[in-house]
Amino acid sequence: MNLTTQETIQWIERANSVFQEKKDELTELDQVIGDGDHGINMARGFQAAAEKLQAGSYATPSDALKDAAMTLLSKIGGASGPLYGSAFLKLSSSTKGAETISFDQFKEAMSEATDSLKMRGKAEESDKTMIDVWGPFTAYLQVQSDVQPDEWIEKLADAKEKTKDMQANKGRAAYYKEKSVGHMDAGAASTYYLFAALAEILKERGE
Amino acid sequence: MSAVGIVLISHSDKIAEGLYELLRQVEQNVAIELAGGTDEGGIGTSLDKILQAIEKADSGEGVLLFYDLGSAKMNAELAIELAGKDNAYLVEAPLIEGAYIGTVEAGIGKRLHDIIEGIQKQFTVINE
Repeated sequence: MNLTTQETIQWIERANSVFQEKKDELTELDQVIGDGDHGINMARGFQAAAEKLQAGSYATPSDALKDAAMTLLSKIGGASGPLYGSAFLKLSSSTKGAETISFDQFKEAMSEATDSLKMRGKAEESDKTMIDVWGPFTAYLQVQSDVQPDEWIEKLADAKEKTKDMQANKGRAAYYKEKSVGHMDAGAASTYYLFAALAEILKERGE
Repeated sequence: MSAVGIVLISHSDKIAEGLYELLRQVEQNVAIELAGGTDEGGIGTSLDKILQAIEKADSGEGVLLFYDLGSAKMNAELAIELAGKDNAYLVEAPLIEGAYIGTVEAGIGKRLHDIIEGIQKQFTVINE
């Protein structure tokens, strides 16, 4: 894998492009069983993060991820701000000092980031949240020895789809109880786009 | 004498402002800082606003934070961690009534932990 600082910045830029493009789709998902601001929030947060990283100068991927985290924390708003912010802080602290992020380091960082999401959101898998993509994707990564971008996207899409059948126990959607069943979770969808963007970058350089 | 400070966190700046008016009617000498709405003035909460409110509300006697809905709680917990203060506490109580008790008790000079205990006692019956 050996993700460089430049590729880390590219990842955030790519995620930003995707969130700008999918803003309406994410907002629509959130309108059905939430407060309807997820698309706007993700687009605003990642635009600010991409701009911050483009203007900065970073020695390691961890340094860039830290600035991304701080920007996401203050700019996303909604519940996703503290959640994505905490996750990126962990991705940063877990890879601190590394010139490039190896696949083993990435696996460990994803595991720590998922744990921090569970702690921050006080949620577990099957609560119909973004953890339902972070969790299964991280579990899949742990048993892999190399990066398979197409398979990543398949696993991520699969996890995102599965949130349709779940009943929400956390977040604003939880107020809708059984009515939340049948709709995809917006945070699960944005997590899919985030890591699909990384998979594409890894695929383009030939993994 | 300085008193415990109060921070009101709401998804809506109007809720925070309305509650501020209500509290000021009964208590004029306690620091009450607002963190309502997003940085852009929309519906939501802002980590930066909460951080600034904690700083402003703290006169050394500690700060009590009150919040309305789920994501406000996550941002408040993060803000307390990032502020690095061991005398700032997020109170689990209904926003209006909790903040009301907190403000009145801070105004009569009660200490941080006594106020927290008082509020907890008030709402334990509901929680059971």
